[in-house]
Amino acid sequence: MLYQSEGSQAIAKAVALCRPKVICAYPITPQTHIVEKAGELVRSGQLDGCEFINVESEMAALSVAIGAQSAGVRSYTATSSQGVLYMAEAVYNASGMELPIVMTLGNRAVGAPINIWNDHSDAMAVKDAGWIMLFAETNQEAVDLHIQAFKIAETVKSPVMVCVDGFILTHAYDRIDMPSQDEVDAFLPPYNPETYLDTHDPVAMGAMVSPEYFTEVRYLAHLRKKDSLEVIRRIGNEFAKQFGRDSGGLLHEYNTENAETIIVAMGSMVGTIKDLTDELNAEGEKFGVLSIASYRPFPAAAVAESLKNAEKIIVVEKAFALGVGGILSAEIRLALNGGAVVTVVAGLGGRNITKQMLRECFLSKTDEETVFLGLKRDVISREYRPNC
Amino acid sequence: MSELTLGGRTVQATSDRPNTLTSGHRACQGCGEALGARCVIDAAHKAVNGKIAVVNATGCLEVFSCAYPENSWGVPWLHSLFGNAAAAATGVAAAMRLSGREDVRVIAQGGDGGTVDIGMGTLSGMFERNDDVLYVCYDNQAYMNTGVQRSGATLALARTATTLPNGSYMGSDRKTGKFMPQIAMAHEIPYTATASISNIPDLEEKIEKAINIRGAKYVHVHVPCPLGWGYPPSETIKIARLAVRSGLFPLFEAEYGKVVKSLPIDEIVPAEAYLKPQRRFAHLFGKNVPRDEADFLQNIADSNIRKYGLKSGGIQND
Ligand SMILES: Cc1ncc(C[n+]2csc(CCOP(=O)(O)OP(=O)(O)O)c2C)c(N)n1
Ligand code: SF4
Ligand SMILES: [Mg+2]
Repeated sequence: MLYQSEGSQAIAKAVALCRPKVICAYPITPQTHIVEKAGELVRSGQLDGCEFINVESEMAALSVAIGAQSAGVRSYTATSSQGVLYMAEAVYNASGMELPIVMTLGNRAVGAPINIWNDHSDAMAVKDAGWIMLFAETNQEAVDLHIQAFKIAETVKSPVMVCVDGFILTHAYDRIDMPSQDEVDAFLPPYNPETYLDTHDPVAMGAMVSPEYFTEVRYLAHLRKKDSLEVIRRIGNEFAKQFGRDSGGLLHEYNTENAETIIVAMGSMVGTIKDLTDELNAEGEKFGVLSIASYRPFPAAAVAESLKNAEKIIVVEKAFALGVGGILSAEIRLALNGGAVVTVVAGLGGRNITKQMLRECFLSKTDEETVFLGLKRDVISREYRPNC
Repeated sequence: MSELTLGGRTVQATSDRPNTLTSGHRACQGCGEALGARCVIDAAHKAVNGKIAVVNATGCLEVFSCAYPENSWGVPWLHSLFGNAAAAATGVAAAMRLSGREDVRVIAQGGDGGTVDIGMGTLSGMFERNDDVLYVCYDNQAYMNTGVQRSGATLALARTATTLPNGSYMGSDRKTGKFMPQIAMAHEIPYTATASISNIPDLEEKIEKAINIRGAKYVHVHVPCPLGWGYPPSETIKIARLAVRSGLFPLFEAEYGKVVKSLPIDEIVPAEAYLKPQRRFAHLFGKNVPRDEADFLQNIADSNIRKYGLKSGGIQND
C-alpha cells in the first residue's frame, strides 16, 4: 500500500506485520513515536496475540524481551541514545545468549552535554556488543529492514539493531510502500526456536563459562557472526526479489565504478550526498558513493572490493572517538590494509549537513586528515587553552 | 510438636521430592542459600506438577549451580543478569501466556543484593504491573559471591569486607536497612511472606500458596551463610532458628499490603544468642563497646516482636 506516513509510524506498522508477541519499551526521544504507535496497534486489536508491556527503564525493556525470547516468542523493543547505554549490559547479554531480538535504535547523540538530536554516537557506543547493526538511508528502507531484520535474526540466532536517524527519519513524513500482511507472512515464517524454556525438555540458559571454554564460545560466536554476512546478503536478495526494492544487503554502491573519489557514509545523509555527487558529476567531477548498510558485521571484503579503484576516499561520519578520530574511517582503513582516508565528522548532535558545506569539503584540496564540518573556528579560538 | 505422619511430611522429606537442584553443585558446605533454593523450587515444582520456569539473578546461587558444562537444575532455568531477574521473568511469563502455556508458573530468584539493591527497580516494576511472577529473595545479608561486601540488606553493625569495624566504627552503619517485604507490601501485591530455612514446613506451605496465586508474589527467605557470617557449616539451621527466635527475623504473611498472619516465636531468646556465635558480630562483644551499640540490635528485635505480635498468639487476621 502506498501512503504518506511518519517514519516512526511506518516502522511500528512494519514491526506489527512481523507479528511479534511481546513489545516492551521505555520512552526516550526520538524513539517515542515508534513505541506509542506500536502500543496503539496492540491495544486496538490490530496486532493479535501480542502484548505491549510498559516497563520502568530501558534495562527492563530489553530484559523483558530477553525473558520472552528465551521462553520462545518473537520480541521487539526500541530505544535511543542514553537508553541504549542504560541497557548496555543487557545489550551484550542478548547477543551472548544468541537471542534473535529486534530493536530499533532511533539514533541520537549521547550526553553530556545532553542533546536529543541526531548523530551516530549511540550506535557506536554498542558497536562491539555482538549485535547485527543495519543502517537505514530512508524511511522506506527502515520499513524494509525491519522485516528483513526478524528473518536475519532468527536465521543466524543473533539480535539485530535497525539504526534509524532520529528526527531526520523518525519524525519525517515520507511516501511509504507498506507491504501487506500476506506478503510479509510469505517472506517471514513463524518463529520456531530450537532452544527455549520448556518444561518438557528443561534447559539451563545463561550458564557461567570458565577460562576453559570461554575462548571457544567467543570464537564460535565470531565465526557465526562472520557467516551472517552471507545471510544478510541472501535475505536482502530475497527481499528484493519479492518486493522489488533493493533495500537490504551489505552495501549500496552508487556510481562507484568509474569514480575517482568515493564518499563512504551511513544512514540518512547518504541521500544528501548522492544528490550532491549527481550535481558534481554533472559539472565534470567523478564522484561515487558507498553506503554501508550492514555496519555489523562489517563487510570488510566487500568494502575493499568496492573501493579498490578509488583515488581518494572520504568517509563522512556522525560520530567519532574523542582524542582518536573517525570510527568508521578506522574500519575502512583496516579493510583497505591502510591507505589514505579523509574523515569528515558531520552532523554531531543534530547539526545540519547541507549540500553547500559538503561541496566545499569534497572539492577542497587540503590534506587535513580529519575535518569537522562547519566547525565554528571563532568559538574554538576563544575557548581553547592548551593545558600543557 | 505434632506427630509426623507419612502424608504430613514436607516435600523435602519425601522420597519422591523433585530434586530440582541436584547435588554436585559448588556451594560451600552448609550453605543456607542452596538449601533454601532447593526447598523453594522443589515445593513449587510439586505444587504445580513441574510446570515451572525459573529466572535467576547473578549471585552465589547462580554461580554455584550452572558452571558450564555442568548444570544442577532440573527445571527450565534462565540466568540473564544481576539486576534484571524480575524483568526477565516478566518476559518469560508474558511468553508463556502468549504461547498457550499459561499453566507454566514463573519464579524469579536472587540474593539480597540482586533484590534490594541493584534489582530493586525491575522488581518494583514487576510488582507495580502485578506481573504473574513469584519472586524469591534469598537473604544472606551481604554480597557473598563477590566476597562478603555490605548490601542494603546487611544487618546494622555487621562486619563485612566493606564495613570492617575500626576503632569507634562499629561495622555496618546503623541504618534501618531495606526490609524488602515491607517495600513489597507497599506495592499492595496479592501475597508477601517471609520464611526461614529453620522451618521448612512453613516455608513450603508459603511457596505452595504463593505459586498458586496469579499476580505478583514475593517471598523473602532468611538463609545464613557460614562463610560470610563466620560460623561452622554445621550450625546453619541453628543460626537460622536463633534469628527467628530472637525476633530479628520475623515470620509473617501479608495480602494486598496487610499482614494477615504471623508465626509466634515458640521460645524467645535474647538477640545476643543469635549474634554471639557469628564472627560478623564478634566486635560487639569485646571490651569497651558502648552500651547503646550493644543494645541496638536487641531494640530492633523487641520492636519486631511488638510489631508482628510474635510474643502472643501472633497475628491471625481473616
Ligand atoms: C552489574 C553488576 N554489578 C556487579 C556484579 C558483581 N556481582 C556478582 S554477584 C554479586 C553479589 C551478589 O550478592 P547477592 O545478590 O546478595 O547474592 P549472594 O551472592 O549473596 O547470594 C555482585 C556484586 C555483577 N555481576 N553485575
Ligand atoms: S558464600 Fe555463602 S551463600 Fe555463597 S555459596 Fe558459600 S555459603 Fe552459600
Ligand atoms: Mg547476599
